Amino acid sequence: MLSADPPRGVRRPRKRTDDVAGLGHARAGLFVAPALAIVGLFLVFPAVWTLYLGMTNYRLTGLAAAEPEFVGIDNFTQALGDDAFWSSLGLTLVFVLLSGVIGQTLLGFSVAWALRHVTGWVKTLIETLVLAAWVIPASVASFLWLALLDRRNGTLNELLGTDGMAWLIEYPMASIIVFNIWVGTAFSMLLFSSALAAVPPSQMESARMVGATSWQQLRDVVVPNIKGHILTNTLLITLWTFNTFTPYLLTAGGPRGESEILAVYIYRTAIPGGQLGMGAAISLIMLVINLVIALGYLRVARGTGTKS
Amino acid sequence: MTSASNTPVIPRPEAVPPPSLGRKLVRHFLTRVLFVVAMGLVLVFFALPMLWLVTAPFDGNPTLAVRWPDWTMSNFATIADNRYAVGALRNSLILGLGTMAVVLLLGSLAAYALSRVRIPGRDGLLYALLLLSSIVTGTAAMVPTFQLITQIGLINTHIGVVLVLSGGVLPTVIFILKDFMDSIPKSYEESARLAGASPFQILRHVVAPTARPGLAFVAVWTVVQVWGNFLVPFLLLRAPEMQPAAVLMYTFYTEGGQPNLRLLSAFSLVFSIPVIGMYFLVNRRYGFRFHGGIKS
Repeated sequence: MLSADPPRGVRRPRKRTDDVAGLGHARAGLFVAPALAIVGLFLVFPAVWTLYLGMTNYRLTGLAAAEPEFVGIDNFTQALGDDAFWSSLGLTLVFVLLSGVIGQTLLGFSVAWALRHVTGWVKTLIETLVLAAWVIPASVASFLWLALLDRRNGTLNELLGTDGMAWLIEYPMASIIVFNIWVGTAFSMLLFSSALAAVPPSQMESARMVGATSWQQLRDVVVPNIKGHILTNTLLITLWTFNTFTPYLLTAGGPRGESEILAVYIYRTAIPGGQLGMGAAISLIMLVINLVIALGYLRVARGTGTKS
Repeated sequence: MTSASNTPVIPRPEAVPPPSLGRKLVRHFLTRVLFVVAMGLVLVFFALPMLWLVTAPFDGNPTLAVRWPDWTMSNFATIADNRYAVGALRNSLILGLGTMAVVLLLGSLAAYALSRVRIPGRDGLLYALLLLSSIVTGTAAMVPTFQLITQIGLINTHIGVVLVLSGGVLPTVIFILKDFMDSIPKSYEESARLAGASPFQILRHVVAPTARPGLAFVAVWTVVQVWGNFLVPFLLLRAPEMQPAAVLMYTFYTEGGQPNLRLLSAFSLVFSIPVIGMYFLVNRRYGFRFHGGIKS
């Protein structure tokens, strides 16, 4: 019979008290190595390689596919001088701001706030629906929205009486923004409802005792208490929204590039467009933006001393 | 004593003189109405697109509009008739289980070693990995990933997709599993070692059973991630008979001509149900966890 907790006196002094299974450094290294190899080869290496690929004229087919040439920073100067790139970057900014930072965060917080005292089937129903939208595979979710927004038979046109309105062509950006809010609100809702549950009830009670309105309670008691969560939420949402590819399934960047966010722009340049080198150059810009967002987050998180 | 329903409501004593009872009631009523209306709108917003998914698959003649179905189960038979549909679901399963196997095996070995042995720079390594996995997303790295997999000859193979997906989720998996392993009392392993067990025996017979909830969580989480992933298989698998359901689904509605809505609706539902089921199972059993990069 194994004793769960041997008395202290029995324990012999050991150099590495942590290493209870007697792995030793060498074997520990062996245990970690395969995982690191996979991560290194399929995550780290592509990121580093982007730097090189972005400086070549690699193409998917043709002569430049067989023997790519080194072109230095040509791709970057070309991208930065291209209106299509800047318009795509602008659209991405609008998309991230409206659908992620504002849409998902506000809606997610509002739902969490509204449901904080609600129990029973209403809460379960709303939470389940919001979660289901998040969990349904992206290609199914996209089709559900294609059906909803369809010009001729779409349910939305039927409800609003706007027969024949082609939402995805008339308002492509608005469509993908609303779609992305629908998909992603669940994360903010879950994060904030667990954050709100951790706000000390005594503080809320005192605020109520001195006659604070709901708005004042929110501003002066709740927000300071959940600052860390707000930060975590905003940065993760920013990162995810910036990197989502799903709008491609809805509009494919069209019409005429009106909803071509950066993710879609890279894909269309590199794969159907065949300009791998150019695509890599824009990818590198995207990676750098990701890095800036993540580092900014780390710095702020450390500065405020809040748990991420 | 049960209070009679006709006794007036007595306002609770408060520090601030309350507004008159009438005004308070009106305000309370208005807030209530506003609340119900707002919740109703939220409900409609989230339910409306989803209604099609629960009605159309059972409708004998589905359209894009949501309507009360003309009940039938025959749509599901069209899945079996399609050339690629069953194969696509099988491919999704292969990719999901394949990634799960790689990630569980390598992830738990690494997490265990990192949890028990003080390798220099361990914490820095873990955070660097986690940071990397949130920066180097499938979207941002699609070009080099495509190029890499092409060059090593794994384009159009399931192994290529499994490796790329494993690389993406392994950092998070190691992080989660290390958390679990840290919480396992070391005395178990100590006793096993005193009884003469080798490190591998300890891992198999002591650590793995105790870490089972963590391993189960990671397993389900990984399958959920892979099941819905569109971009990586879309990039790396060109042959229709290799593609998983996520990609086939997209092919169904972007191919020229009228999409076959009977097939499309039934397939959507069959494709969505496993992942919804698994997700709610995890949520119920383990609660919601924030381990960064929950969904990428």
